[in-house]
Parts: sequence; structure tokens; C-alpha cells
Amino acid sequence: MLQLISLLMENKPGALMRVTGLLTARGYNIESLSVARTLDPELSRMSIVVEVEPPQRAQLIKQMNKLINVLQAVDLTEAAAVRRELALVRVRVSRENRTVILKEAEIFGARPVDSSLDGFALEVTGDPEKIDEFIAVMGAYGEIEVTRSGLVAVSLEAKKPRLSPPVLKEEGIAQNA
Amino acid sequence: MLNGAQIVLECLRREKVECIFGYPGGVTLPLYDAMYDSPIRHVLVRHEQNACFAAEGWARATGRVGVCCATSGPGATNLVTGLVDAMMDSIPVVAITGQVPTRLIGSDAFQEADTFGITRSCTKHNFLVKTLADLPQAIHEAFHIAATGRPGPVLVDIPKDVFQARGRYAPVSSIHLPGYKVVTEGHAGQIRRAAQMIWEAKRPLVYAGGGIIAAGASEELRAFVEQVDAPAVCTLMALGALPGSHPNFVSMPGMHGSYAANMSMSEADLLIALGTRFDDRVTGKLSGFAPHAKVIHVDIDPAEIGKNRAADLPIVGDAKRVLRKLNQALADSAELKPLNEAARAAWRERVGEWKRRHPLEPEFSSEEIKPQHLISEMDRISGGEAIVASDVGQHQMWAAQLMRFNHPRLWINSGGLGSMGFGLPAAIGAQMARPDALVFALLGDGGFQMSIPELATIANERLPVKIIVMNNGHLGMVRQWQALFYHNRLSQVTLEGFPDPEKLAGAYGLPGRMVEAPGELRRALRECVEEPGPYLLNVRVSPFENVYPMVPAGAAITEMVLAPPQPVEAT
Ligand SMILES: Cc1ncc(C[n+]2csc(CCOP(=O)(O)OP(=O)(O)O)c2C)c(N)n1
Ligand SMILES: [Mg+2]
Repeated sequence: MLQLISLLMENKPGALMRVTGLLTARGYNIESLSVARTLDPELSRMSIVVEVEPPQRAQLIKQMNKLINVLQAVDLTEAAAVRRELALVRVRVSRENRTVILKEAEIFGARPVDSSLDGFALEVTGDPEKIDEFIAVMGAYGEIEVTRSGLVAVSLEAKKPRLSPPVLKEEGIAQNA
Repeated sequence: MLNGAQIVLECLRREKVECIFGYPGGVTLPLYDAMYDSPIRHVLVRHEQNACFAAEGWARATGRVGVCCATSGPGATNLVTGLVDAMMDSIPVVAITGQVPTRLIGSDAFQEADTFGITRSCTKHNFLVKTLADLPQAIHEAFHIAATGRPGPVLVDIPKDVFQARGRYAPVSSIHLPGYKVVTEGHAGQIRRAAQMIWEAKRPLVYAGGGIIAAGASEELRAFVEQVDAPAVCTLMALGALPGSHPNFVSMPGMHGSYAANMSMSEADLLIALGTRFDDRVTGKLSGFAPHAKVIHVDIDPAEIGKNRAADLPIVGDAKRVLRKLNQALADSAELKPLNEAARAAWRERVGEWKRRHPLEPEFSSEEIKPQHLISEMDRISGGEAIVASDVGQHQMWAAQLMRFNHPRLWINSGGLGSMGFGLPAAIGAQMARPDALVFALLGDGGFQMSIPELATIANERLPVKIIVMNNGHLGMVRQWQALFYHNRLSQVTLEGFPDPEKLAGAYGLPGRMVEAPGELRRALRECVEEPGPYLLNVRVSPFENVYPMVPAGAAITEMVLAPPQPVEAT
């Protein structure tokens, strides 16, 4: 099944590799992954969609939470969350189809972001099914080229990450002594 | 002003590091130059893999962080096996590697390897330090992460120019790792419920793992076992957590576990799993494992709970703290104790009967030294008090079955990874940490030949390690599987050309000899131990002996093969 995971993590070199490494070490295929910094530039938010066996879902979240650069990993697969994807679609169309395409795009709430004599570049957002449909429709009009952002999601229930407070170095050393 | 290399050593000094196991190279030259003036001892091993194994030996013998050091490229890649080993067994190790100068990183520079990337999956965490300003924080964080929570290896990769850069050492006052979540205190309500489940159980079994040793919870474990008066199995990683002579101790469970340990697992109605991870070598076929038991699972790593076996009552926490509270909770609810005491007495009797009917017993012969005979003689001399650093193979399993360990941190072995070549360097680390202890390196003739160069380290450092080679002329454990499961078609498991031990040891300036007559074994072993310095004793044992009991791979642990169907001979 496809599991949707949202991660809040430190924006540090190697952090992404730790997350993806955890998945590849288990032989999982990543369906989509998107990551960008948050309001706090020291942190990033990542949305991952990954194919997993259902019993492994909880284990995967626990393993991600173990990563030191990860502040919080949550499973949004069945949670109340908004899921969106963006796609940029370049479609080549003949002169006579130009207006039809724009009409069709409007139905999907897609906007032209570039126009040339050969056709348009269109931007569309929505849930993945809507994007799939839009791509299928555009494909019927001519040659298309598609770039999808992968799913991004935001949970509707604010779940504050539990962060560890600083520890005095002496304490750290005491553990070692 | 100090340079980065001096700052590294200052950080190590503040972490109370006494000893580094390492091997120098181009990019660590500044570090080795700084070591010239440092009070911290450096042990020059003969291969970086052994630096990491030795650091593990130190850590396993003391519970403190072991430190190893290697140069960039080949030095760092040589550490990898040791890092994975420490990862699998949750051993606190800090590895310091040199890296090519920052301006060359990514250019395929001489001796450049992507150490940060390569060791990502072999470490609990790793750092690539790109500026001097980040260096002290990274080193102290590395020690903190290695030693706390579920311990493990942490690597710090330091480019040469960072070693050379000059600056002031500003002491690091605190460590802030907001995403490093360690839960040490067990949930009070869960602990109360655990006490109740324990008193309600009729056939409780304590299943103790390496977490008990990592947490230093042996005293608490003993108090717990005695309070409940339950039988207790200790996994390969937990031997010594409960004294081997304790009446409630039921030996090791699993693939080469005792009949009693595996039967108790299978018949228990409550497993109290403490700092253990239901490893496949313990559980055998999971669907057939402990089918009647409810499970209380205590572990500091929440990801271990429910990973292989669902827990009826999970408790995340440090084994020592949880057991203290659990002991209190049991005392507070002692009125429940009589409830099922009669059933528990019958259960103890039953486990005792299994122990009596199928004891783990050494075998003897008047013609040849049986491997078990050697172990039993080592056990006699040790009296449960010696450190045994074992390699991997049959000898390891016989030692785990037949040697007693009356304290934690005496039995040192590569459990999770099973890396041959571990025993000798681990013994070096353990002997460095405990110079006055009797330390055996128990090795197979295969594993010993992976680590012979370390005889030089032993000679240089004058470490009185007692090297016992159980020489069966084979890669015995692999031969056993070929004999039992591959129609005895022995393929590439015969070790011919083992060097003359006297000449070999002599070449390093050490005493050494061979013994093959059963009647001479005891005296040979005594001489070896009485020698003030190191000693190599090559013990010729029967070449075709198999380790029993054995649970075939993939079978349930009750499907034990207890003894050979007929004498197994090579054809
Ligand atoms: C590095 C490494 N390579 C291969 C193995 C597979 N292996 C496990 S036990 C064993 C045989 C070990 O032979 P020896 O050291 O003579 O010990 P014995 O089993 O004979 O006591 C082998 C090859 C291993 N565990 N580690
Ligand atoms: Mg052998």
C-alpha cells in the first residue's frame, strides 16, 4: 500500500540521505518525495509517499523518529490532512485547438503560465487523481511533457513535535564515566 | 591558540578518553602530530578493522565509549565492518576519521572516499565537520549520542584543513539535539500493570538481552528474578547479566540454545523480555515462537517493541530504571504473589526437570581433545571470573553454552553481525581496559588467521592476552551446515597449512605451543595462564564435532536436533 509520511526535520547536510537510506535499506520504493524549508529556515518539511506492507507502517515511523535529524515523523495515510500535488504540463497544440485547450484547462482550475506558437505550459494543483485526469485529458490533444511535484500534505490536527531540551555537557559525560 | 587536531584531543580528554585504537595516514598527520604531546594513550593496531573491534572490546569490557581512529579513504573503509558490528550489538564507539581537505572534497582526490555517505547506515549517527567552529560540538555530540539511549557507533569525519586550522577551544557547555528522543523512565502505569501481569502468570519466564548489560542493570535483574522466583534465560548478548551459577539461570535460548531454555520459551505463559530484540537466532520461526505467552517488552528503543513480536504490554525505558520501579511495584503488590504461587512452583519444577534431563554437558574422549573438553577446562580455570573475547563459529557457541560468567562484561563476542576476526582485537581492547584481568581470546583456526597481524600489537603493548585457538582444521561452523544440510559435501571448509604455533608466536617474540593429547590439556592451559605475558595455545581438537542442540534455520525452536543421528564422518 502507499503510505504518506510527513517529516519535520533539521535542514542539515545528510538529513535527506538518512531518510531515503532508511527506505532503501528496507528495499522500499519511494513513489514521491518533496522537501523544502519551513518558516524556520533551520527546519525542513518533507512529504514522502512510499510503497510498504501495511504491518510495516508503524515500524517505519518509529525508525524515522529515531533519526537524530528528524524532529517528528507522522503517518498521514489515514489522517485528516490536505493533500496536494502540482503539475506543470507542456502541451503542443495546433492553432485550431488553442481555445479548446484553455477551456478544458479552466475546468480543472489549471492556469497557463507560458504560451508560445506551439502551445502552452499549464499549471495545475489538486489531489493526485485530479492531476492524473488532467494529464490524461491534455494528452488527448497532443504531445505533452509533464513534471509533477509529488504529493505535499499538511495535517489538519496540529501535533506539536516533542523536542528534547538541551542537556548540560557534564551530564553527557557522566553517562560515559 | 590550538589547532583542530589539538582541539580534538582536548575534547577527548574532557570526555575522559584514556586510550585510542588507531592507524595513521596522510590526512591524519596533524592529529598524530598532536598526539605526540598528548597524555591519551594510542594503541597502534595492524589493520583499521581491528582498531574498531579493539575499541568495541574496550567498550564491552567497561561500558564506556571506545575510541578508534583511521585515515581517509582506505582507512575509513577498513573501519566499516567494525562499525556495523558495533551497530548490531549496540556498542558505544566513537570513530574519528580524517578526510581530504575541504576544498578537495568531491574531486576524487587521492585517498578520498565518501566516508559520510558510506557510514551513514553503519552508525547511529555521523558527522562531516567542515569548519573548526563546528568541531568541538560535533565531537561532544558524538560521545553523547554514542553513550546514551540505545548505545551505538558514531563517526566524526574531519578534513585535514580542519585539523590544521587554528582557533581557540571554547568549552561546550550543553548539547542540544532536539530530535534525539531518549525515553529512560518507564511509564508508571504500565509498570504497575506489568507487576500485576507477573503475579497473575503461572509460567513466567524472564528473557534477558544485551540491554541489561548496556544499562548496567544486572543487580536489578537479579533482584527481579529472585523476587518473582522465575526461571530466566539470557541471550548470547546477555551472558553474565545473571550469574551463570544462579539457580534460576536457564542458559541461552535459540539456535544453539539449551533444551531447557527453548522449551521454557515455548511453554511459558508470560515472557518478560528485558532489553532484547527477538532476534531470529533466538526465536527461530516466529509463528512458532512462544505460542502460549503474553509478552511484556521493556526496551529503550521504541522501534524494537513490536518489530518482530507484538507486545501485550510495552514499556519504553532504560532497563535499569524500569526494573527498579518494577521491583518496587512487585513489592507493593506482594499480596498477589500467593495467587498463583503453586502453579509457579510447578513450573519451576518443570524447567528444572528439563535442565536435568537435557543438560549442556561437555564431552570427553581419551583419544582426542573434544572441543567441549577444552571449553570445560577453560571454565574450570576461569571459575566464572575471566574475560572471554570470542571469535565467531562453533567455538563461540560451545563457549556460550558451557562457560559460566558470574558477572556482566566478561563475555565479549560479535553477536548480531557474527564477524570473524573479532576475537583477538576485542581481547586487546578488553585487556587494555582491564590490565589486571585474565583475558582469554578464544578463536577458531579460521578467525585467528584473519587477525594474526595483531600478535604484533599484543607483543608491542605487552598485553597478557591468553590466545586459545580451538583448532579443528576446518571452518567448523560452515562445515557443520554442509554436513547436516548439504549431504556432507564439504566445499572449501578445510583449513590446511595452519602455521606451526610455536614458530608463529616465536616470530613475534611470544611463547606458544600446540597441545593435542587430552591428558595434557589441563597442564598446558595452566602453563598458558600462569605465564606472566601473552601466550598462544593451539589446541588440536576433533575435526568433525558438531554443536548441539541445533535448531535448523527456519524451524521452530522446539524442533531441536539434540545429538547427531549417527557419528558424522567426512567422506
Ligand atoms: C568475516 C566472516 N566471513 C565469513 C563468515 C561465515 N562463517 C561463520 S562461522 C565460520 C567458520 C569459522 O571457522 P573457525 O574460525 O575455524 O571457527 P570454528 O567454527 O571452526 O570454531 C564462517 C566462515 C563469518 N561469520 N564472518
Ligand atoms: Mg575451525
